[in-house]
Amino acid sequence: MTDLEIMDGITEVVREALDDDTIILTPGSVAGDFAGWDSFKHITIVVATEMRFGVKFRTAEIESLKEIGDFVALIRKKKGT
Amino acid sequence: MLASDLWWLPENADWTGEIRALGAAPAAGWDRFMSLANCRMDFLKTERLDKLARNSFGDGPPPGMTLPAVRLAVLGSSMVSNLIPAIRVAFMRRGIWAEVYTNEFGQYLQDLADPNSALHAFKPNAILFAFDARHALGRMDASRDAAAADRVVEDAAAQCRQVWEMARQAFACPLIQQTILPIFPALAGNNEHRLPGSPQAITARINQRLRTLADEAGVDILALDARVTQDGIGNWHDPVLWHRAKIEIAPPMAPLYGDLVARIVAAQRGRSYKCLVLDLDNTLWGGVIGDDGLEGIVLGQGSAAGEAFIAFQDYAQRLSERGIILAVCSKNDEKIALAPFASHPDMVLKRNAFAAFIANWTDKATNLRAIAAEINIGLDALVFADDNPFERNLVRRELPMVAVPELPEDAAFYAQCIADAGYFESVRMTQEDFSRAGQYQANAERETARQATSDLPTYLKSLEMQMHAGPFDSLGKARITQLINKTNQFNLTTRRYAERDVEAAMADENMVTFQIRLTDKYGDNGMIAVVIAKPAPRPGELMIDTWLMSCRVLGRQVEQATLNLLVSEARKRGYHAVIGEFRPTEKNGLVRDHYVKLGFQEDGIDDAGSSFWRLPLETYAPMQTHIKIGEI
Repeated sequence: MTDLEIMDGITEVVREALDDDTIILTPGSVAGDFAGWDSFKHITIVVATEMRFGVKFRTAEIESLKEIGDFVALIRKKKGT
Repeated sequence: MLASDLWWLPENADWTGEIRALGAAPAAGWDRFMSLANCRMDFLKTERLDKLARNSFGDGPPPGMTLPAVRLAVLGSSMVSNLIPAIRVAFMRRGIWAEVYTNEFGQYLQDLADPNSALHAFKPNAILFAFDARHALGRMDASRDAAAADRVVEDAAAQCRQVWEMARQAFACPLIQQTILPIFPALAGNNEHRLPGSPQAITARINQRLRTLADEAGVDILALDARVTQDGIGNWHDPVLWHRAKIEIAPPMAPLYGDLVARIVAAQRGRSYKCLVLDLDNTLWGGVIGDDGLEGIVLGQGSAAGEAFIAFQDYAQRLSERGIILAVCSKNDEKIALAPFASHPDMVLKRNAFAAFIANWTDKATNLRAIAAEINIGLDALVFADDNPFERNLVRRELPMVAVPELPEDAAFYAQCIADAGYFESVRMTQEDFSRAGQYQANAERETARQATSDLPTYLKSLEMQMHAGPFDSLGKARITQLINKTNQFNLTTRRYAERDVEAAMADENMVTFQIRLTDKYGDNGMIAVVIAKPAPRPGELMIDTWLMSCRVLGRQVEQATLNLLVSEARKRGYHAVIGEFRPTEKNGLVRDHYVKLGFQEDGIDDAGSSFWRLPLETYAPMQTHIKIGEI
């Protein structure tokens, strides 16, 4: 799975979660860039991302997910690609 | 089969497209929201649909809603806000507008106790208590002895009872208590129950105790522990999210959780399905009876598939025994369709298990209408189970009020599908429910007798009917409450009352109450009518607040016999007139002319659309019926 594919998958999750189909993510995007992405929505997005990619983030790993690039790197590592 | 994404609902391949279209059409109707809410969806889609509905309708119900809005307070000890959108969507699925309130983190007691709190301002008409396991158990200590463990169980249960009491006093509305999610890992293993202080063992005991107390207090249970045995604690609870955000119920379970909540509240309001309509070929047996013949259909021992169909028939039989009406709707020649019921040795369900049996070549929507009419219930009380996707979709399109489960390919999962959907959710189970199957059987025999008898009076006389009437009492109050809350058609005013209102009426000497049972030579019809009357505004007049009757005894002169009783009681109490009221609803057209037929004179209408009717007692002569009167 390429970073681009991972990014596309996360984008779909975020668009659905924030109900905004115009959202475009970059590796440097952070929650604060988007209306409605509060700490609460963050949980939704993390859980939905886990389900989408069939991975499970460890308690400590979730703490480190700040930028979208962190998501991508972690998923890449877990998928072993 | 994980129920979290509502697997009994049909997939909608274009869900995203449809929700976009809805978002682009701000004036889109509530019906389109309802239809999307009745598709399979995960928690993300659920949150999205909820958000769109809030944006489209704001904080008030859309105009023209017929069902009263729900104002539900979810009082929790940890984070529950992630469940709220799914609760609202689950009500939307049932055509009910819901406002849902939840307390600030952990502040439910303050909210309940303070009359100036946001909860009091919200004015809930239903309350759900959702306590997390750590909160319920308090301090844990596995070295506790049995007596100390007993105290923990009692304390936890008593705390719940105390908040119920507070809620009752403040709001007088139906209450729901969620059982404790069994999240604690075992300390001793298979024989955990021998370790009194084990959090796992104590959780199980608290949940048992809560059920007893809830039954005593008239509180309904949301059985999360029972769901966990089915779905697994690993699906319901994600410890990562607990540690991170004090979320006890994993977000992916939200759609199912919301549906569990909504189905209980709906059941409290009498909005559950009443009748399971079954297809035959490939639903009750494998194969097509018209092609494969009696020997060719797959049913019974000898094949795994045949046993799966037996298991489904068993499930339907159990539903019937607990009071769910069964019917058949099949595309077949009737004679051929009946053959297995008469002659196949492995059939569990017999012909007399069904209150209606339609096998013909007419389309199924038309036949479902005929079934509803024959059994005398609304279309919105029908669940239609059919293996054929074409028939399912036709019925969904033609009759959106009929529930149509998306039966899985394998008959082995039919029963689970219908059970998971929660169509027949019941909060009160009475003896009447258990004997209903027999009543329908007796109905079929009565019908045969009626057809064999040429004129109605002779037939009615031959029934040897006896009516037993008495004032409300504690023995009858559960069934009285049930009838008050679920009778829609023969119901003059459709006023819904809770059990404690019934108790209040029992205690009030000014109220005239009747619970009425009917027996005949074929059996006991059970309690079939309820009347509540009270002093009218004008002196000397008795006002009929509530008069309702089960439709199974229509056309048997019960109305006339009931009026005789009421008049006799009114005279005894010195009244000189009885006032009737008809409050029209969408479903009670049947009784529009009830009071005219009984000889009442029109007595005005009010702003709310009720019409009033007056019967002077000086000249009233008891009506002649074929019913003998006895006491309860």
